[in-house]
Amino acid sequence: MAYSYNIRNEFIDDEPPIIVLENVSKSYQKGTEAVKNISLKIRKGEFVFIVGNSGSGKSTLIKLMLKEVEPSSGKIYVNGKDLGRLRRGQVPKLRRNIGVVFQDFRLLKDRNVYENVAFAQRVIEKPLKSIRENVPAMLSIVGLSDKLNSLPRELSGGEQQRVALARALVNNPVLLLADEPTGNLDPKNSWEIMALLEEVNKRGTTVLVVTHNREIVDAMQKRVITMNKGILVSDEQKGGYLYEN
Amino acid sequence: MKIRTLTYAIKQGLKNIKRNRMFSLASVGTIMACLFLFGIFYFIIVNFQHMIKTAETSVGVTVFFDEGISQEQITLIGDKIKERTEVSKINFISAEEAWENFKDEYFKGEEDLTDTFADDNPLADSASYEIYLNDVSMQPSLVKYVNAIDGVRQVNSSDTTATSLSNINILVGYISVAIIIILIAVSVFLISTTVTMGISVRKDEISIMKLIGATDFFIRSPFIVEGIIIGLIGATLPLIGLYFIYNKAISYISEKFNVLSGILSFLDVNNVFSTLIPISMLIGVGIGFFGSFLTVRKHLRV
Repeated sequence: MAYSYNIRNEFIDDEPPIIVLENVSKSYQKGTEAVKNISLKIRKGEFVFIVGNSGSGKSTLIKLMLKEVEPSSGKIYVNGKDLGRLRRGQVPKLRRNIGVVFQDFRLLKDRNVYENVAFAQRVIEKPLKSIRENVPAMLSIVGLSDKLNSLPRELSGGEQQRVALARALVNNPVLLLADEPTGNLDPKNSWEIMALLEEVNKRGTTVLVVTHNREIVDAMQKRVITMNKGILVSDEQKGGYLYEN
Repeated sequence: MKIRTLTYAIKQGLKNIKRNRMFSLASVGTIMACLFLFGIFYFIIVNFQHMIKTAETSVGVTVFFDEGISQEQITLIGDKIKERTEVSKINFISAEEAWENFKDEYFKGEEDLTDTFADDNPLADSASYEIYLNDVSMQPSLVKYVNAIDGVRQVNSSDTTATSLSNINILVGYISVAIIIILIAVSVFLISTTVTMGISVRKDEISIMKLIGATDFFIRSPFIVEGIIIGLIGATLPLIGLYFIYNKAISYISEKFNVLSGILSFLDVNNVFSTLIPISMLIGVGIGFFGSFLTVRKHLRV
């Protein structure tokens, strides 16, 4: 694949893909190759599932996109930026355009719901006035307007994941990466979270969900990228779950 | 830095101190000990230097001339000596003045005993120059120079006083520097441990901050602020203590050792503290800043 980009590493196509991986491999120091020669392209506004068994390299893929780890070879472009040419100081700017949700929620346990979401805005130095407007609005979208003052331990798993989702979305990211977002949730809460992700996608955010959840993947009929032992084995529009859990 | 970022850093820095109170206390304590000792040594050194300066005004070199030398030649010798950079003051003592001083010193109250000399000056040919130096350590070079001048019979000086005064001063300086360097190293190590603890306690929060897009500066600033606050507290407390101790100590020493009142001359407290306060604050904040900065650089690879 060849893409045109200008001197600032930004794509100059009209509708550039939001994620591009070109022959990406990642080996860890122990010698294990987590990702092997993967190439893929995700366009703006897409909803994509990445599925595969444990150790298939799904989470490594997310880490590579966030520039948490560097690829051993290959090129990665996210939101028009060549991550290999991105300097250390530019990484925060890249991440401000990406929302991230994890299986274990990763909320700040000593802060209430409002503070957890506001934290994302404080970190990027948003004015207090904007924080006071944006946080309640975002919590209302995820259905937690009545839980502003609750601490994470006072919430159910589903509610905690909604807080995490609100935190990921409050800065209006162009891309949302969700690593096993329903992994710790019961089916009802899982579906509620997936409905929210779909809603977010409809509003224009590209959503990439790494999951094990066969039922959801099969039912939602979205693009499905399947990985096995670090290799991309299939990439289907309106696909289903290929492997046994 | 935006004001709200500074406010955030200060708030979080204070929270860190509170969370790791024991380590924070230990760090404050070590900086306090370090700067307290620094203050004590500073008092000793500056007062010692002050005393030496005072002593230097009384430790002089006396130059006697060849017999039968003319006043013009004496003036010429005086001019040559005055040109030297080591010389701060030079006094001419005529033979008559020397005899008058001698009488004052040894025959006070018994002046009649000197009457036998009548107008005969036993100290004729004892006219001299009293030379005072800028720095006692310069004495040997001046003595060598004066001895070589034509018409000079004898040069009296006290080498032992001069060299021992400057040697003691140098020794005290070296010991102080060594002790202070050790204490600074211990303080930096303790601050580093405190900040490392703070980082490990807030590991989750830091990893979330990184993923959300916080800059290195934003993540690191609370820890730097924490170090600076510890350094500031560690510098302020001993300064307050030292202020009161200094006044008490000089009045106690002057009282107890009033026999030595000629030698013991102390600097005024305000005079000492006008320099000690900025130096201590700078060292305290410096220890805090570098201790935390180095640790944050090592442990917070953002």
